[in-house]
Amino acid sequence: MAPGTLLARITDYASRPDPYPLYARARAAGPVLRQDDGSFLVGGYHEIAALLHDPRMSADERARTTPTPYEGSRDASFLRLDDPEHHRLRTLAMRPFGPPHSPHRVDAMRGEIARITEELLAGLPADRPVDIVDDFAYPLPVIVICRLLGVPREDEPRFRAWSDALVATADIRPGEDTTEVERAGDRAGAELRQYLLDLAERRRGRPADDMLSAFVNEPDPSLRLTSQELAVTAALLLIAGHETTVNLITNGVLTLLRGPEHLRRLSREPGLLPVAVEELLRYEPPVHLRERVPLVDIEVAGTTLPAGTSVMLALASGNRDSRRFPDPDRFDPGRADNEHLGFGSGIHLCYGAPLARIEAQTALGALLPRLRTARLVEDPPPYRQNAMLRGPRHLRVRL
Amino acid sequence: MAGEARDGRIVVVGASLAGLRAAETLRDEGFTGSLTVVGDEPHPPYDRPPLSKQVLLDEAPADSTGLPVRRDPDAEWRLGVAATGLDPLARRVLLADGESLPYDRLLIATGTRARPWPDPAGAALDGVFTLRTREDATGLAARLAAGPGRVLVVGAGFTGSEIASACRKRGLQVTVAERGPDPLVGALGGTLSRLAALMHREHGVDLRCGVTVTALLGDGAGRFTGADLSDGTRVEADVCVVALGAVRNVEWLAESGLAAGPRGIACDAGCRAFTRYGIVTDDIFVAGDVSRFPHPLFGYQMLSLEHWGNAVAQAEVAAHNMVSPGPLRRPHLSLPVFWSTQFGLNIKSVGVPTYSDHIVIAQGSLEAGRLAMVYGYRGRVTAAVTVDMAKSVDYYRHLIETAAPFPPPPGAADRALTADIPLPSDVPDPKGLSHEPVVALTGHLPDRALMVVQPPG
Ligand SMILES: Cc1cc2nc3c(=O)[nH]c(=O)nc-3n(C[C@H](O)[C@H](O)[C@H](O)COP(=O)(O)OP(=O)(O)OC[C@H]3O[C@@H](n4cnc5c(N)ncnc54)[C@H](O)[C@@H]3O)c2cc1C
Repeated sequence: MAPGTLLARITDYASRPDPYPLYARARAAGPVLRQDDGSFLVGGYHEIAALLHDPRMSADERARTTPTPYEGSRDASFLRLDDPEHHRLRTLAMRPFGPPHSPHRVDAMRGEIARITEELLAGLPADRPVDIVDDFAYPLPVIVICRLLGVPREDEPRFRAWSDALVATADIRPGEDTTEVERAGDRAGAELRQYLLDLAERRRGRPADDMLSAFVNEPDPSLRLTSQELAVTAALLLIAGHETTVNLITNGVLTLLRGPEHLRRLSREPGLLPVAVEELLRYEPPVHLRERVPLVDIEVAGTTLPAGTSVMLALASGNRDSRRFPDPDRFDPGRADNEHLGFGSGIHLCYGAPLARIEAQTALGALLPRLRTARLVEDPPPYRQNAMLRGPRHLRVRL
Repeated sequence: MAGEARDGRIVVVGASLAGLRAAETLRDEGFTGSLTVVGDEPHPPYDRPPLSKQVLLDEAPADSTGLPVRRDPDAEWRLGVAATGLDPLARRVLLADGESLPYDRLLIATGTRARPWPDPAGAALDGVFTLRTREDATGLAARLAAGPGRVLVVGAGFTGSEIASACRKRGLQVTVAERGPDPLVGALGGTLSRLAALMHREHGVDLRCGVTVTALLGDGAGRFTGADLSDGTRVEADVCVVALGAVRNVEWLAESGLAAGPRGIACDAGCRAFTRYGIVTDDIFVAGDVSRFPHPLFGYQMLSLEHWGNAVAQAEVAAHNMVSPGPLRRPHLSLPVFWSTQFGLNIKSVGVPTYSDHIVIAQGSLEAGRLAMVYGYRGRVTAAVTVDMAKSVDYYRHLIETAAPFPPPPGAADRALTADIPLPSDVPDPKGLSHEPVVALTGHLPDRALMVVQPPG
């Protein structure tokens, strides 16, 4: 297989259960690889880290000069904007969520997250194998993010449909015509934004203890999001707030069931759980690939990335780079010096990381006692289509 | 040889950050011999950066900053007793209690102490503080909590600026007196120091630059009441913090024959101490604030750093080298990194800003209060300072490590208009500052004191 087609192989659905040998090939062929379609694939830890920190790398897809088949109408959230705009929006979005203005917001949710977890566990079906995704790992972060943002949980089916359509546009399928997917994404995005705006409007002057309320009732005009910005930001938080955590929890369960010795160790040493979740973020990260676009020609590891080309940073590959992590293909729940790329790095470092950590620690901690006698019904499980946000679609387990 | 290096007797003098990290690393590296750590403070090792930040804001008590122990170094702790001398021939460390400790290898990590107000009568006034130790911080925090009418801070380096920031955050009136033209000028040069001055004033600090404090005044009953300034004005205040930089704790080595002077103890890249004749020792190692060492990225100039990160990195290298045979020894080459928080801003510095002739603002702007300033020396990048842009530091670190051309390449989305217009870096001669810089290039100053150390008193 030519290194110039690796990205296509990685995104091919057939590779979904185990893309890691392909990442290994990418790293062996060179940390930076030109693909046949003119894009680039970067698989080495140090190269990815350098590019994530490089202010000349744009997160804005509009910086691409290579033709894109479809010019959509989606508004960019701060996830796909550069500084200084990115910084302004992210900072405003951070005000009701984290430090310095709301330092204990996320931590204060621990109790609630634990309660939701227990409720879900209590409601698990006894008469059939449990689907860790549908019965547990998906509802948990959805309930949490709904609560945090101020979105009624009953509306879940509505935003799930929107979310699915939007997440599909975040996938890449080299060589395929994605116009229809993009169009559907645009429609879903517009509907979702309108829905969130309506919700927020109802909080104006009647603030509740949620982020939408905080956004619309910000007293300082210089710190207010425009309604367009508010809609885009809330949509990002709603989607990113659950589409990734579900994979983190599910991958966690899968990894532990594949390695009973880890289950035993974590049961013995529950204090290890936070460290084990970091290892999970390294070993089976929810986000596998991120795209960046060089604003000028940038040289990395002897290769020039031309301005305007699409550069795929294979975060999950960097996490398995033996130049950075000793014995990288081994899951080691006690691993020290674990500066993984599971949450990215640089200015776009995952906004929701503190929340995701608490959710994963709580969920896996609560599941541990039940997993000791559990068995996987099928291994590998069926995976989601998405190669960027990789995770099982179902994970059927006999508890 | 490898086996030999792993036992015997090791003595560490200085029981703070560098001393603790070295002791832990010695055990990590397989040292099985006897290990003694001597410290003149009565406390187990604690962390100092929070003393001028969280502690003064009452967010944490001073006795809560104990350093986390990464592993039990299984050492004999001799706390509350100072080392008073060193006999390198007999290989003994002399202690204030009359005892002496034999060693096969010695690590010196005695750090620095706050430079006191030069006039002992003024320094002794009730209400006059320095800030280096846990006791200092406890006392000062209590005074600030009592709500003084005004606080006078002498010296606008990092510590002085952080104290002023804490005072304002507590709603206290504060005057800062600085001999240089602007705060932080010694560490960051002229351009950023103007932003620092702006930050002080925007936050309501009564900032007086280009003046010196000529006398601290008392009420006759030994209580501090104010100070006279060189411009003829008088500041009335109830509390005074003397933030005039640090003095290296080297006096105890006056008779040791080591190259120990006011700018620290000179050592090689492997942390081995030099004698005053420039001969490297093989059994005496140095780490942390008390050291000065050559750095290849900065022309092998000797660097004196007062940086948390340097104390940790150098202690680890020193400990490794103490138990490793020659060919396996490592150089201490890590890039200097320093951070500070003040007036709600996060300032991070990488490299050596004073090793520069020009600067550019590469990203952001002074107006936005968010920027990356890059320092160059003879056409290559030697340092960068970010303000509220800490996540960009790694990029500049890489440019420094690879001696990238200055000014840095274009292309950043938030690149400033001025990024291609290098300005003089405007780093003043440290002699003009009221405080010592936290990074000092000492190699280019023939240091006569290196030869003769005046014992104190
Ligand atoms: C208020 C404050 C704020 C700071 N903020 C920051 C910051 O934000 N960022 C940053 O990078 N750095 C900061 N620093 C600097 C950082 O704390 C130092 O770089 C670090 O403490 C150096 O560690 P060290 O072990 O080398 O020296 P020290 O911490 O000075 O420890 C030396 C120890 O040796 C003891 N000792 C001295 N002489 C003898 C003797 N003869 N016998 C026995 N013991 C002796 C001393 O009492 C002391 O306990 C700050 C420092 C202070 C004081």
